[in-house]
Amino acid sequence: MSAVPELVRQLVTDGDPAQLLPAREQMAFTLGFHIVLVPFGVAFTFLMLVANYRGIRRGDAHALLLAERWSKVSAVLFAVGAVSGTVLSFELGLLWPGLMGRFGAAYGLPFAVEGIFFFLEAIFVAIYIYGWRRLSPWAHFWSGVPVPLSGLGGTASVVAANAWMNQPGGITLRDGRVVDVDPMGVFLNGAFWYEALHMFLAAYVVAGFVVAGVYAAGMLKGRLDRYHRLGFLISFTTAALVMPVQIFVGDVAAREVFAHEPAKFAAIEALPTTGTNVPEVLGGVLDHGQVRYGIPIPSGASILSGFSPSTRISGLDAVPAAVRPPDHLVNIVHLSFDVMVGSAFALLGLGAWFGWAWWRRRDLPASRWFLRAAMWAGAIAVVCLESGWVVTEVGRQPWTVVGLLLTRDAVTTEGNMWAFFAGAVAIYAAVGAAAVLVLRIMRRRWAAADGGGGGGDGGGGDVVGVPYGPGDESSSRTALP
Amino acid sequence: MSTVVAGGLLLGVLAYAVFGGADFGAGFWDLTAGGADRGRAARARIDHSLAPVWEANHTWLIYCLVVFWSAFPAAFAAVMTTMYLPLGLAAFGIVLRGSGFAFRKAVLRTSQQRLGGAAFAASSVITPFFFGAVGGGIASGRVPAGGHGDPVHSWLNPMSVLTGGLAVAVCAYLAAVLLAADARREGDGPLEAWFRRRAWLAAWFSGAMALGGLVGARADAPRLFGRLFGEALPLTALSVLSGGAALLLVRRASPRVVRYLAGGAVGALVLAWGSGQYPYLLGDHTTIESAAAPQSSLATLTAVFGLAVLLVVPSLALLYVLQQRAHLEDT
Repeated sequence: MSAVPELVRQLVTDGDPAQLLPAREQMAFTLGFHIVLVPFGVAFTFLMLVANYRGIRRGDAHALLLAERWSKVSAVLFAVGAVSGTVLSFELGLLWPGLMGRFGAAYGLPFAVEGIFFFLEAIFVAIYIYGWRRLSPWAHFWSGVPVPLSGLGGTASVVAANAWMNQPGGITLRDGRVVDVDPMGVFLNGAFWYEALHMFLAAYVVAGFVVAGVYAAGMLKGRLDRYHRLGFLISFTTAALVMPVQIFVGDVAAREVFAHEPAKFAAIEALPTTGTNVPEVLGGVLDHGQVRYGIPIPSGASILSGFSPSTRISGLDAVPAAVRPPDHLVNIVHLSFDVMVGSAFALLGLGAWFGWAWWRRRDLPASRWFLRAAMWAGAIAVVCLESGWVVTEVGRQPWTVVGLLLTRDAVTTEGNMWAFFAGAVAIYAAVGAAAVLVLRIMRRRWAAADGGGGGGDGGGGDVVGVPYGPGDESSSRTALP
Repeated sequence: MSTVVAGGLLLGVLAYAVFGGADFGAGFWDLTAGGADRGRAARARIDHSLAPVWEANHTWLIYCLVVFWSAFPAAFAAVMTTMYLPLGLAAFGIVLRGSGFAFRKAVLRTSQQRLGGAAFAASSVITPFFFGAVGGGIASGRVPAGGHGDPVHSWLNPMSVLTGGLAVAVCAYLAAVLLAADARREGDGPLEAWFRRRAWLAAWFSGAMALGGLVGARADAPRLFGRLFGEALPLTALSVLSGGAALLLVRRASPRVVRYLAGGAVGALVLAWGSGQYPYLLGDHTTIESAAAPQSSLATLTAVFGLAVLLVVPSLALLYVLQQRAHLEDT
């Protein structure tokens, strides 16, 4: 039991407000929860429209059924994402009044733009989800198109705010106060393009692999019908195609961080001292200025960041001691980076396996190991997303706005934040568990509707329920004028 | 410019009070509808009316937050460091409410529906109470300009409790009128009468709370009190008159007219508060102008308002028209 107070003692530096640690943990917890839902609003709705388009264009009843069911799943996840996103808005003020009070005039603006996209997303998600019966097929399809587009705009806006914290721009300060704001400079700050693109693609990777994993699990249970294959193919192909692009963007992003955020880059590489011929250390931990237990690739980091072994990389020693991240934060950033890159390459390999089989035989790889791996790909993609997010956020510490505002100065000094944090954990645990339960109930119900879920032409038994078809009794009852 | 942006913020509060308020109020009637069998018809009506629109309605809250912190950052921080208890609890209430509502629709078993419904309904009452109490605290000057005000008495005082109760009552009134109009459109006479009775009850309760709130304002916010019967009198009167007219006409006039009247009553109430407090943002000590962000931020927000008018307003109109014409329904 003494481990916990010991850990707390390590994490709290003398003079920090008592609210700092719980506030950071709460922000990490609630944002870590919310970010898993983001891909389902941004990218899952795109997969849904792909299925819908195919369904109408080719008269494919299975595709239409997929689209309708996916829209119901996204309704549940969008609702949870909407409310957990609202909590984040409150937390920006409740936990970080120092940030909002001093920089709200600049940092707040991307969120104002995001508000518009969120509005459009919520409106058209509703029209789409509830429009299956009474809108004409194409009108209904087009009512869904603004959803992934707003997802793109919303991602860009929120990430613009996050990127601004890493590379603040577009503001004029006088005596520490924001006296003028150039909105374009705030939005299109130095980190905007690569951070926004990286997150946007990550949403497609996560949504694609998670959905594919669900259908892979079904296929492993013997549901090898066309409905399951189609659900798998639409989602897996999308994710597998995005994956190499994502790795390329990530590589560019890492070099941008090298060029513009040297402290974060030093933490990513867990590099104690500045130098050339810096090895890329896989794994390992920084302990009192030395990296232990890692596997070094000679000159790897120098070559990756500047295409030459003589590339000079700033180490942690170049960061002023007062704002140098402590070892445990460096290790979190370094190991998270390794997990992100490692899991990304594992997913790339899985996509390549699929691509090879498809190219040779126009079919999935025959091995059951492929389906087993695909079943886990969703979880791996989520791990990849979370670890990448940890790199960005923890790698920024001890700053909230790099160079301008320390996290300890941004945090609130009011209230018992441990109690607030405990409340957040309890409520989110309940909501998370309920969401999983509800999705499982929906899946079971659909499996039953498909005729017990064993082989056969699953989905075929549901044709009367296919959207745009003749409505059943219950749906026409409520439509009386 | 700062007045324009403050006006935009007030319109956001108004929209949230009208649209979000109706949702909250529906939750109140859900909570009090009785057992699973007795309350079935009312709950089904509530689900049917709310399901497609609640998320869009909820988004007005996000709009208010982003405009508030971008346009008046220091005042926003002052509110947050003072009112963190009610606002933190309101945030949790919103989580329970939204997810409870979304989940209840997806599950079949009555016990699970009951659990989801209870979360939805209870938080539908708590959340507007806290928002109302925060509003009362701000209006009565209990949020100091520099923030860090009294964390308890800033919102737990007679005036704030009354404004919190007023918020709950007004939401309940609005929802009952709208749901009665909906029930009539669907030709469901008994349910229409059920909601109409409750609309009357909520109206009397709102009136009592409003009178109590006025007595509180006379003591705690004399300037606001004076202006509610001075410069803002037309709005105050409009609120009372259209609220009463909606009640009287709910049986006869077209549901659309009833809708506008009930919404107008709530909207006018918010506008009366806003113009009663003008030119102050917090109490009667921090003006809108002195709390405002630099001009360039305000100009950007004005542009965002323009975008919202161009993009969001027509989209919302489309959503509501489709819903009112019964083009949206659960499959």
